[in-house]
Amino acid sequence: MSQYQDNIAHGEHAHEGGMDKKAIWRVFGVLLALTCLEFLIALGFVHHWQILTKGALVNTIYIVLTLVKAYYIVAFFMHLKFEKSSFIVTVAIVFIFIIYFIVLMLVEGGFLAGAFQEHQLFPNK
Amino acid sequence: MSTTVSQLDKVKTGPWNGGKSPWNLEYGKIMMWFFLVGDAFTFSAFLVYYGAQRFSHPTWPDPDKIFQSIPGIADHGQPLVFVGLMTFILIMSSVTMVLAVEAGHRNQKNEVVKWMLWTILGGICFVGCQAIEWTHLHHMGFWFGKNPATGLEGDAIKTALLPYFTHDISYTSALQFANLFFTITGFHGFHVTVGIILNIIILFMTLNNTFENRGSYLMIEKVGLYWHFVDLVWVFVFTFFYLI
Repeated sequence: MSQYQDNIAHGEHAHEGGMDKKAIWRVFGVLLALTCLEFLIALGFVHHWQILTKGALVNTIYIVLTLVKAYYIVAFFMHLKFEKSSFIVTVAIVFIFIIYFIVLMLVEGGFLAGAFQEHQLFPNK
Repeated sequence: MSTTVSQLDKVKTGPWNGGKSPWNLEYGKIMMWFFLVGDAFTFSAFLVYYGAQRFSHPTWPDPDKIFQSIPGIADHGQPLVFVGLMTFILIMSSVTMVLAVEAGHRNQKNEVVKWMLWTILGGICFVGCQAIEWTHLHHMGFWFGKNPATGLEGDAIKTALLPYFTHDISYTSALQFANLFFTITGFHGFHVTVGIILNIIILFMTLNNTFENRGSYLMIEKVGLYWHFVDLVWVFVFTFFYLI
């Protein structure tokens, strides 16, 4: 048991993948920069200067920035990028279901928005 | 006489043929990952339902107009600034957590303790900010099953909700916004609270030389995974509740 753990511990060091202090602060810099960019868009471009209006374009930018941030957190802070590829696939593949669920429910929501307006209620009298 | 072993009798030595750790990961760490995947489904279900509600309502409150205060500094007119501070605190505490893990790899007990203390402090600050924000929203009239117009009649409803909408005003969507906001940020805050407790436990284990004697600071990594996941969820909550 203990020897097994030792092996694991050594193995972990073997594929450490270069997350030294410098790399950690670099990832932090990326996350901070992306968050600042989101605020620049939200407070600067949309709210203050009113160059952009809230809508599909701005929302797409926010979502892309969010996904990039999520990648950096999972890949580097959670160290997933440096695990064995079969483990990465095991953990990541289930998100296909989540993506499917997002599409499913948003389409449904959009349908309801139209359907409630188009078809009035008839009193049962 | 031939000594060739038939193909079937050969001892298999691939990574998945037993006797090896194919992922080279400790059991508890794999289980933490699988728990987090399950938790990701729970949070996704919440956020996807939020999205479905937003899509099914003809109008929705404007977050810029709801989250406008900086407690103790400005009561109005500062959209998103306070939540920006909360986001920064959580990212920062994620960084100090990785630094604790990194110090653990080098078996530097004192450094682990230092970074764990910063991480716990960040977590407590975040939950504190959230408590202040909840209190503020409660004063405005938002709560589970309640929005500022609850209990009013006729045009008073419109007047009460006017400050929070850019487009058409809807009592129902303001109510759904309040319910989903408190449920989802509440569930996230609960996760942060659990994370703080876990962090305090492993801080004491570190001080107690438990990991020193065990020869590995792997437990810091496992709790660290959980802590980063909480940060990850916040990234999404922040985008979908506050920005969009």
